[in-house]
Amino acid sequence: MIQVEHIEKKYAKVNALQNISLHVNKGEIFGIIGPDGSGKTTLFRILSTVLLADKGKACINGWDVVKDYRIIRNHIGYMPGRFSLYQDLSVEENLQFFASIFKTSIESNYYLIKDIYQQLEPFKKRRAGALSGGMKQKLALCCALIHKPDLLFLDEPTTGVDPVSRKELWDMLKRLKSEGVTILVSTSYMDEAARCDRIALMMKGKFLIADTPSNIVNQYNEKLWAVSSDAMAKLLIDLKNYPFIKNYYAFGDLHHITMQANSKSDIELQHDLHEYLEKLKHQELFISNIKASIEDCFMALTGGSSDTLHTTKNYE
Amino acid sequence: MIQKKYSPFLSFVRKEFFHIFRDRWTSIILLIMPILMIILFGFAITTEVKNAKIAIFDPSQDAATHAIVDKLSTSEYFTIETYVYSQNEMDNLFRKRNIGLIVVFSEHFYENMMHGGDAKIQLIADGSDPNYAYTLTQYASALLGSYQQENISHNFNPPFQIETTIKMLYNPTLKGAYNTVPGVLGMVLMLICAMMTSISIAREKEFGNMEVLLVSPLKPITIILSKTVPYIVLSLINFTSIMLLAVFALKVPIVGNILLIALISLIFIFLSLALGLLISTIVKTQIVAMLISGVVLMFPVILLSGMIFPVESMGVFFQYLAKVLPANWYIAAIRKVMIQGLGISSVSKELIVLISMAVLLIAISIKKFKVRIE
Repeated sequence: MIQVEHIEKKYAKVNALQNISLHVNKGEIFGIIGPDGSGKTTLFRILSTVLLADKGKACINGWDVVKDYRIIRNHIGYMPGRFSLYQDLSVEENLQFFASIFKTSIESNYYLIKDIYQQLEPFKKRRAGALSGGMKQKLALCCALIHKPDLLFLDEPTTGVDPVSRKELWDMLKRLKSEGVTILVSTSYMDEAARCDRIALMMKGKFLIADTPSNIVNQYNEKLWAVSSDAMAKLLIDLKNYPFIKNYYAFGDLHHITMQANSKSDIELQHDLHEYLEKLKHQELFISNIKASIEDCFMALTGGSSDTLHTTKNYE
Repeated sequence: MIQKKYSPFLSFVRKEFFHIFRDRWTSIILLIMPILMIILFGFAITTEVKNAKIAIFDPSQDAATHAIVDKLSTSEYFTIETYVYSQNEMDNLFRKRNIGLIVVFSEHFYENMMHGGDAKIQLIADGSDPNYAYTLTQYASALLGSYQQENISHNFNPPFQIETTIKMLYNPTLKGAYNTVPGVLGMVLMLICAMMTSISIAREKEFGNMEVLLVSPLKPITIILSKTVPYIVLSLINFTSIMLLAVFALKVPIVGNILLIALISLIFIFLSLALGLLISTIVKTQIVAMLISGVVLMFPVILLSGMIFPVESMGVFFQYLAKVLPANWYIAAIRKVMIQGLGISSVSKELIVLISMAVLLIAISIKKFKVRIE
């Protein structure tokens, strides 16, 4: 459905996209996961034909995004990251407008948006600008869907949306998938990765890895530990100074670490660390071997910090 | 939940009207401001002169100078405030008294006039208010001109030549409103078409709506037409209301053919719309669109159209600049038709210039309209 070969895009001095290649199959939910500024929006704009790439080739359903942009625009739905509806038009008027510019009517594809739109209906006379963040995104999704596109581009649809609405939006995407709609969605919420069929982890304009979420997690070949104590801030510094530390980062309420490879058993490793931290007067120590999440994979791939990522705990 | 299927174009136009009428300031600018402008420029900012105080320096004191002074003082425009008798007195006159103009006769005026000699009149005006000064000297010149005319009929052949302006000829009562109506018309149409159109398109870009509109089957021409049609409608409403106000409130008669005036206005509306589109293709935010249309379009129209300040008293550069402004051609054409009552053949030059400018600008702006962002 989507074929991207070696796409590059530069803004002044920033390499927004570097040698991006991507294949998305029909009927798939493909997630692009990465922190703000990693190039997700640029990629979405190129694929939705509103931006030209410097190099490379991209095709949607066999149509070239540069040459055949006119045909493509009849078949895709695009929901930009910014709230892009008319604030001074009511919920109903917005939907009506987008239905008509796609030469369709609300009722002909109503079944597609029904579940979400029912929640909006009590407010249908309200101006879009007066809606809450979650409601705005639901309306924007309805507007992007009303012409029943074959392919849906959703650029950070859940940013700034409450957890309940986020879940509803993802349920909606799942149902669209069952209708045969291919979905390319970007997010900076790591926990949403698991809801995609396949994901690509993106950072500084590059894809670090692209695979199914379970394959990515299975590829993680290091021993991961979760650590906590009564003094979490001090703990992170002390972990940093631990002679055998390899990677360390705050992960919600815990710190996640990996250690340099050696021949010691897990029990020994745990015991050594416990001893080291106890000497530094940490109390209520908790050290446990855990299974890696997508975010841990991301950390391992970047070897850096994930402060621009929205971790599982940040929004709850 | 049953709703009708609207055509993309009509639905888009409807949306534009929602934008206009739901924003208080937009509707005020589009519907109330034009009316305020015509009233303000028509009544308040008047360049009419009545009973301006003048001084006379007349070393000759003969039949000719007395006749001219008589003519000046009996007109409703001037009141002789004082006579001066020396050069020194003249220097202090503007500062001490509220004198607008000094009329200086040369010595032995009548004698020189009769014998083909050097009879001169000098008009000294207070240049600190150039507009007022210009108007006063124009009025005085006109009166001197009519004195000259009367003498020619008496078989005199006076050596002094005084220019009169066409404006005076067709505006015998020298009413400021005659000058104002075409000017305000040009300004309002420019404001609505160029400024508001460029702002409304910039708004789509600023809020990210343009991105969504582009990723839709809408053709660029549909977007352009839908964005401009509401402003054409509003322009025509304003054109009508300004015309009605001109005739009934300002008492400026429409001497020429009203259909011709409407035709010229329509051409100018298209021209202004194209300018607005052009501006919107280069800007990304509403504020920049407003600044550019304000500085590049509105200011020059106000300053260089001759509506408030006479272009004739400006530097050569500004006179040439005035020539390339579309609004000036429009205002000139409207003056000719509306005030002087001339027909289409007399405004053919203005029409040709306006039409060529319009065609050129529409072509450029449609070509420059981007089907992508950036």
